[in-house]
Amino acid sequence: MTATRTEDLMPFDDVLEAYDPALGLEVHVELNTASKMFCGCPAVFGGEPNAGVCPTCLGLPGAMPVVNGKAVESAIRIGLALNCDIAEWCRFARKNYFYPDMPKNFQTSQYDEPICFDGYMDVDVDGETYRVEIERAHMEEDTGKSLHVGGSTGRIHGADYSLVDYNRAGIPLIEIVTRPILGAGEKAPAVARAYVAQLRELIVALGVSEARMDQGNLRADVNLSLSPKGSGTLGTRTETKNVNSFRSVERAVRYEMQRHAAILSGGGSILQETRHWHEDTGITTSGREKSDAEDYRYFPEPDLVPVAPSREWVEELRGTLPENPTVRRARLQAEWGFSDMEMRDTIGAGALGLVEQTIAEGAAPQAARKWWLGELARRSNEDGVDLVDLPITPADVARIQALVDEKVVNDKLARQVFEGVLAGEGTPDEVVDKRGLAVVSDDGALGAAVDNAIAANPDVADKIRDGKVAAAGALIGAVMKEMRGQADAGRVRELILEKLS
Amino acid sequence: MPEISRDEVAHLAMLARIDLSDAELDHLAPQLSVILESVASINGVAGDDVPPTSHALPLTNVFREDVVVPGLTAEEALSGAPAVEDQRFSVPRILGEEA
Repeated sequence: MTATRTEDLMPFDDVLEAYDPALGLEVHVELNTASKMFCGCPAVFGGEPNAGVCPTCLGLPGAMPVVNGKAVESAIRIGLALNCDIAEWCRFARKNYFYPDMPKNFQTSQYDEPICFDGYMDVDVDGETYRVEIERAHMEEDTGKSLHVGGSTGRIHGADYSLVDYNRAGIPLIEIVTRPILGAGEKAPAVARAYVAQLRELIVALGVSEARMDQGNLRADVNLSLSPKGSGTLGTRTETKNVNSFRSVERAVRYEMQRHAAILSGGGSILQETRHWHEDTGITTSGREKSDAEDYRYFPEPDLVPVAPSREWVEELRGTLPENPTVRRARLQAEWGFSDMEMRDTIGAGALGLVEQTIAEGAAPQAARKWWLGELARRSNEDGVDLVDLPITPADVARIQALVDEKVVNDKLARQVFEGVLAGEGTPDEVVDKRGLAVVSDDGALGAAVDNAIAANPDVADKIRDGKVAAAGALIGAVMKEMRGQADAGRVRELILEKLS
Repeated sequence: MPEISRDEVAHLAMLARIDLSDAELDHLAPQLSVILESVASINGVAGDDVPPTSHALPLTNVFREDVVVPGLTAEEALSGAPAVEDQRFSVPRILGEEA
């Protein structure tokens, strides 16, 4: 079933006249440990179904969990990078609920004693800095993956039954929860997007997760409420799930703001509920009401002893943190020689890390920026995916620029190389080969085309003979047309001037 | 004095997916109250010098090395499943929610 039900929406500008938005974001980060959170099964999702499971992650009777020390280390490093306090003593708790993707009938999580708490992250949005306060970051485990059979779209409505693969069950997750983000106003959608994008960049720098939103390594739940402008109160919130890209985070916040405002202004009230984001139609639909389902009957996990990270360990881990993001941005801007505007656009596009990697692969900073924010940003908008999820690597981009620098292709042909790589036709060099895109700079082939152009345009040729060198452009154009764009324009110009001197 | 009402017991039973009849609720609710009272008597002996604890073992930081160890084969994992399809656990449709 494709969700198309339309709800009343208030125009965005009108929302801001009457209401203040409050945001809250919950981000789940799947760690890249070798083994699962509480057992030695591989922490790899995918592959042969149910081949990466054991009695512990299947919740079979008598199985006993043991905490993965590396996952605790990653949790502490994430907390430190988010300027959190690290608990001197904390414990796990059971979150009890029945759902087929959770075979134990409880999720081992943390409740009243998260390992990390009271932090913040400074987020850059259009050159302004918003401080997003972090309430907590806690350790838990992932669930299995359900495949719904019988429904037309694989979604659960209309499904006759579900097939469950528990390979993912038990993979370590860190859940990072913000405090309500207030005062963002019209920037609320952009702040939400920037927070998730910059959090992802931090996670990548820490090296604790693959952090691919399209692969589900990084998942965002978006909480939103509105309150009457200037009231200083918090309204009833909705929690939107299934938001799988940065741009969807932005769109979902915007949509919920408009939807809430339409209901509130019509005298209605917001139902506190989970909502589901639909990428294809750009709307949210009602999930479940938060009533009894929220009663998880948490209690301390009796099978695990408390975690009490020594201050020495915490300080040792603090020493392993990557560069502070604010410092890093300033350093990169200076190294690359970007203007404030160029830097702001690069960060805004979520391209900072991609540009950095492309430069590391050998491209010049301006060239790296040009491709990611030009050709590739255009493609990501058209395809509705984040830049980072485009099927092209920074190494590919650097190689295409190298092909331009080596005059194998010109800028125009380079765009076709991008098209080929994005279409899965292979590496940049393979695309050049297969599509026959290499620029011709061989004098024999070019000379013939130049002769044809001169013969066809005697007036222009005379002007050049008379010293009007600027007229060469018309002949270059004619040669390029004959060579279907694949001529080395610089060499063509030289040949024209040689022949007509 | 901890008291647990009949309604609370009914609610807990629902959350735990235990189907209790009215007669069972009448019978069990007072019993649960007695159990809670008995456990609460611990409060009477806990002085200020006894820190609250949620764990009986005097241990912390029991960690595993992050190494993969063999678990079950898919065949073994699925051997107790009532229904299997495509090497996955087959479960009844889930109503009223989206995954």
